[in-house]
Amino acid sequence: MGINFRTETFRDDFSFRNSPEHIRRFPFPFHEDSYMYAVNIEPHVAGPAGSVLEHPIDVDEHYVSEMADRALVLAEDPLRCQSLPHMTLAGWDLLELLMTAKAESYPEHFSLTRDGDRWHWINRPLGIDQKFLFGDLTTLPYGPMEYITRQSQGDFCILDQRDGNLWMDAGIVTTQADWSLDFDIGMNFFEWHAPVPLAHEKGIFTRALKFLTNVQQGKPARRLNWTMTINPRLDTSPENYHKWGPDRATVTPENVGQKVHLRVELQSFWRLPRSNALVFPIRCYLIKMDELVTSPKWARRLHRVIRDLPEELATYKGLTRYRATLVEWLARYDDGTPTSPGFGPE
Amino acid sequence: MSTGASKLDVVVSNVVPVNELVTRFHFRRADGGLLPTFSGGAHVIVEMRDGERARLNPYSLMSSPLDTSEYTISVRRDDLGRGGSLFMHGKVRPGDRMVISYPVNLFSLDLRAKKHLMLAGGIGITPFLAQTAQLAAEGGNFELHYSVRTAALATYAGDLRARFGRRVSIYHDDRDERIPLDRLLSSQPLGTHLYICGPAGMIDWARARAAALGWPAETVHYEHFAAPQPGVPFDVTLALSGRTIHVAEQQSLLEAIEAAGVDPPYLCRGGVCGQCETNVISSDGVFLHNDHWLSDEDHASGKKIMPCVSRFAGKSLVLER
Repeated sequence: MGINFRTETFRDDFSFRNSPEHIRRFPFPFHEDSYMYAVNIEPHVAGPAGSVLEHPIDVDEHYVSEMADRALVLAEDPLRCQSLPHMTLAGWDLLELLMTAKAESYPEHFSLTRDGDRWHWINRPLGIDQKFLFGDLTTLPYGPMEYITRQSQGDFCILDQRDGNLWMDAGIVTTQADWSLDFDIGMNFFEWHAPVPLAHEKGIFTRALKFLTNVQQGKPARRLNWTMTINPRLDTSPENYHKWGPDRATVTPENVGQKVHLRVELQSFWRLPRSNALVFPIRCYLIKMDELVTSPKWARRLHRVIRDLPEELATYKGLTRYRATLVEWLARYDDGTPTSPGFGPE
Repeated sequence: MSTGASKLDVVVSNVVPVNELVTRFHFRRADGGLLPTFSGGAHVIVEMRDGERARLNPYSLMSSPLDTSEYTISVRRDDLGRGGSLFMHGKVRPGDRMVISYPVNLFSLDLRAKKHLMLAGGIGITPFLAQTAQLAAEGGNFELHYSVRTAALATYAGDLRARFGRRVSIYHDDRDERIPLDRLLSSQPLGTHLYICGPAGMIDWARARAAALGWPAETVHYEHFAAPQPGVPFDVTLALSGRTIHVAEQQSLLEAIEAAGVDPPYLCRGGVCGQCETNVISSDGVFLHNDHWLSDEDHASGKKIMPCVSRFAGKSLVLER
């Protein structure tokens, strides 16, 4: 059964929405009624059929429209995609990973034929049929990382590993939660995490780095992160803050359900075989409050999480301006009954 | 979660004596498919099932990373070792099934380098065989200096010379030839990285000279191939699992822990990756530390041990395992 790709927008008229089936598969990130940072990393193994974890690289109904939005961002700002000179090999690694994963998981939509270095890639949803020589830059219209990530949902950071640290030396970042590749390029793991509150004191980054530098080939790992976004805008970058920042002042009790979105990032970590670099896909999932409250459990739990969130975290995630309005709106869906453990809708 | 490496079922597809001490082993995937791609400098852990005994030793992959139809390793016979190399030389035959780990790279090329200057000693040549193949395919700039005991024991020196010509220099101990280290270290273009794989003395020498001549530590890379050494047997109590184990002369502490059904994480089994680091709850005796992971302070504290390569002599040792 193929995916029914939606035609929708993440800007201007914001026609993005989730189908009922996609609401049910949303990766709700709270397993209990409160939230604090933790090193919540687990093996990236296959999850239940139909979930966003069923396949190692998830493709969903928003695929075609998300790729159109990425092309618009890149046309306006080419610096959203950068690769330092030593990262080209890692780009080929990533191209192989994404092509093989997609072709294996979604044969009705993607196919890859390999004859030595002669590769033939077909991407039916985007109407692409490309023959190229693996490793030969002259045979693709873009560098290998840009080529394949223009066809892959989510942002991608490729981290070089050396001197016991990870370095943000390549990436494509167009669907980010208020951080900038152009600012972070070339930084190490501690440098680019410097703005995050509370977690440094808890020693989280030291432990996370130790874990990540030991991620091995064939054993990817994952974690969920979250924030909130006003309007279903994928590109909430610092570069475009003037476009989306003011949206946060537009939330009213009447429009919470349509305007406020929970934004969940499925982050995964993969060792790349030729370059020994680490690739860090950050896949963004959006859900409107009106969609989320169709699950009574999620509604009750989100109300409690947002209501009780420590002030520093609320500020860091940019919720301050509309938090009270949102909590009041969500309170209507919280009758005080207990929520069952786990992430599922019920 | 554990970060240990996944495993691969392989068939020994060929066994090739290279010289008096070294034999090469070829592995293919048991299911006939391609092996995982790897990067030059990676190793695999080879599991040797020798009757009741299990030995797990790391070996650098020496085949070209561009060819994943097979992996090759070269094993130097160590008559005084714990028997892993003797098992490989004496018992492993073409057609045998074996289990190896996924490749793990703890000796990776720094791809920012403008030039790669490689120093090999003896069997330490193996990771450079894969790295030079990788660099040659990408048009990378490298130079290899290889120190051997005699021409007869110059493993793969002929192949390397044939492949890379003057980019490879061979130095024979029995002809009193020495790597001209200071001259090499003083005459490199900016942006050169140094890689060393060989005996501990060679690594220490090259690191010390590089530091003295102003090379930044981030540009100096090395791999110790410290196989666990045999030693006097000793007993250990594993507090968490409530077991008392005996570490035999030819067994590593890690292997003895595993034989008792406890599985600490590991990647290198050579004292460098840090995965199997174990807390000491109490001890009455002397630690024989052989790792390159713990600090001198840790070694002196008596609070930590790397069971993959280190041993103990004394009355009692209680570990948090």
